[in-house]
Amino acid sequence: MMRRARLIIAAVVVVAALIYVIIGGIRGAVVYYITPSELLAQAEQAREKTIRVGGRVVPGSKTWDPATQELRFRLTDGSATVAVQYHGAPPGLFTEGQGAIVEGSWDQAGVVRARSIIVKHSEEYAPPTPRP
Amino acid sequence: MISILGSTAIAAAAVSSLAGLIFLLRGRGRGDQRLIDRGHRAVIALFVAVTAAVVALEVALIGVDFSVRYVAANINRATPLLFRIIGLWGALEGSILLWAWVLAGYAALVAVRYRGRHQETVPLALAVLLGITSFFLLLMLGPANPFGRLSPAPPDGRGLNPLLANHPLMAVHPPFLYLGYVGFAVPYAFAVAALLSRTLRDEWMTVTRRWTVAAWSFLGVGIILGAWWSYEVLGWGGYWAWDPVENAAFMPWLVATAFLHSVMVQERRQLLRLWNHALIIVTFLLTIFGTFLTRSGILGSVHDFTQSLIGPLFLIFIGAVLVFSVGVLLLRRDEVRDTGSLPAYVSRESLFLLNNVVLLAIAATIFVGTTFPLLAEAVAGVKLTVGPPFFNRLTVPLAMALLVLMATATLLPWGPAPRGALRRFVGPGLLSAALVAVLSVAGVRGLTLGALAVIIFAAAAQLAEFHRGARAMGRAEGRPYPLALVALFSANRRRYAGYLAHLGLALVLAGVAASSAYRTESDHTVSRGEAFSVPGYLLRYDGAALSRHPDKLVVAAAVSILPPTALEAVPSRPAAAVPALATLYPSERLYPQQRTPIPTPAVRSTWRGDLYLVLLAVGPDGAVVLKVITNPLVPWIWTGGLLMALAGLISIWPGRRG
Repeated sequence: MMRRARLIIAAVVVVAALIYVIIGGIRGAVVYYITPSELLAQAEQAREKTIRVGGRVVPGSKTWDPATQELRFRLTDGSATVAVQYHGAPPGLFTEGQGAIVEGSWDQAGVVRARSIIVKHSEEYAPPTPRP
Repeated sequence: MISILGSTAIAAAAVSSLAGLIFLLRGRGRGDQRLIDRGHRAVIALFVAVTAAVVALEVALIGVDFSVRYVAANINRATPLLFRIIGLWGALEGSILLWAWVLAGYAALVAVRYRGRHQETVPLALAVLLGITSFFLLLMLGPANPFGRLSPAPPDGRGLNPLLANHPLMAVHPPFLYLGYVGFAVPYAFAVAALLSRTLRDEWMTVTRRWTVAAWSFLGVGIILGAWWSYEVLGWGGYWAWDPVENAAFMPWLVATAFLHSVMVQERRQLLRLWNHALIIVTFLLTIFGTFLTRSGILGSVHDFTQSLIGPLFLIFIGAVLVFSVGVLLLRRDEVRDTGSLPAYVSRESLFLLNNVVLLAIAATIFVGTTFPLLAEAVAGVKLTVGPPFFNRLTVPLAMALLVLMATATLLPWGPAPRGALRRFVGPGLLSAALVAVLSVAGVRGLTLGALAVIIFAAAAQLAEFHRGARAMGRAEGRPYPLALVALFSANRRRYAGYLAHLGLALVLAGVAASSAYRTESDHTVSRGEAFSVPGYLLRYDGAALSRHPDKLVVAAAVSILPPTALEAVPSRPAAAVPALATLYPSERLYPQQRTPIPTPAVRSTWRGDLYLVLLAVGPDGAVVLKVITNPLVPWIWTGGLLMALAGLISIWPGRRG
């Protein structure tokens, strides 16, 4: 019985430690996913956190300078729009009018400094449909 | 026409499945061998019917029959033949059909192989397999019908997602993944059957050992090929992103790896019975859960997935399997109670238990990280992601602990560690110390050096076991060393194949460690004839060319690798005149069904690492923007991963002493 009790205690300790470490780890690694409207609504809290902003790339807003590798565009969710700045070339599948998610931080000037751009693409691909 | 045939085949499969279920359960209940035989035949009929459905869908895909909605949605007339064929697993309905087909195939193999043996368990195990198949057939009869019709048929289809049609690895990655995933249904079915019938107390694992190892190997191949595909196609120069789709395949592999180790303890000491049952149940649940994650649309949004019945049906099925399995386990808990206890604190047995704890901790970490965003959205309505830092921070130390256990358990014998066992650590210790010193002189520092030290020690321990065994055998039988090594391996195939798999893991982790620490990435805007350098390479852009293919337009940039000394040796000679060592063609591919071109990377691999080029943009003036990534030891990952799977298959290959 002693052995069994020891085994149970060991199991409890291991599981508790794992839960503690996982919860601690998750807290530091969660990245909130918000829309441009939500970002503007909580502009102050969002500063200095890593955020993911998702929206549609505003047609005509993309500028890219191959010499300086500066990419700028605007993301919209229909009601609010935020400016995004990124150092590097636009990723494949990045198109104006299509969905994109950027991960980065929200700076004092009100620009999202993107560290990465994730282009939404679904496995079941639908042809481009004209938007009203 | 084809859709009627296909739908009929699926209906026939459903009928065979239900009929077989009834025959087997009744036949077993009444002890009626004729009914059981009829059940076996129903399993074969099920396999034939699902095969017919697969053939029907393939005929529709190859013959571009757009009256079948699945065909119209996933391929078009320009799709090359290979990608029409693999359109079978290009989307939801087809992959459900593939699942059902593989499962029916496994069930038919069980029915043929175990006819007339293990009369108490096999009918029950087959019944469990039929129950699982019925669920997938139900999905196809309802919300995931691969033979739904489109009337009128459109003149052309949408075409396969270009990312899937971009690389032949897509032809092999999903089938291996499914062979692995679905394969775990067999040991699960036998485990449950053994519990229910109160027979085969320890035997069910030996009966299903080959199946488990085969499923584990196939799943491993599937995971590695998936990582490879992502590396070769997606253009980010990485192979693993802790994406939920990847995690979904990795979790069952981890738990199955734990199972493969702990069954050895049960075989030798008749211990850990309850534990092993729990592990195989969890493995199977994770394969269903993984299919649910990747196939229900829940990853896009928790709220999207309720728009189709598939997600809720999967959840109900997972719940049912969970309740059933745990119920059976609790009902028979007295039968699976262990009688003895582990022989000593320091023994191979107890290290195996620790190995299980670590593997499960890794799986639990990944499970929490994968499901947390789903729970947060479902419960609190916030959308969030758990980034790779979470996974890396937790899994890297756990992986290191796993390697230390792997090395120690390999060097220690079964049972209480004898005096002098520590001596076995000296050889591998010295060997790895020497290698680590070399790495340190070469400039490897800090955590990377620590990680590589652990990896090298773990690998050296495996080599030491080969060496020790071969030397002993050579002395005992007077054979020369190489022959002794071969004889040793074939005489203890299972054991040494295990060590080979360990070596494979060390290779994988060495590749991961080196490519994480020493990857370089830079973007270059270059005009024709311009030379530029990246760490370890001197490159020159030689111009771009456009080519037309039936299904796509390709713009390829020619980038030459120059001898590193080209510039210094003849400074007067322009770089444009230097002959190239090799030329790479990173390209952009434009598919008619997609408005933006898809960059397709070009990779040059050597054993030391990869040069990885992505064509980001082609300017009007002939200048291009290239992303250049140097990635040390990446080929070691593919080699090691495939070695692990190969070792698994070697260990179960039928032979005189299999």
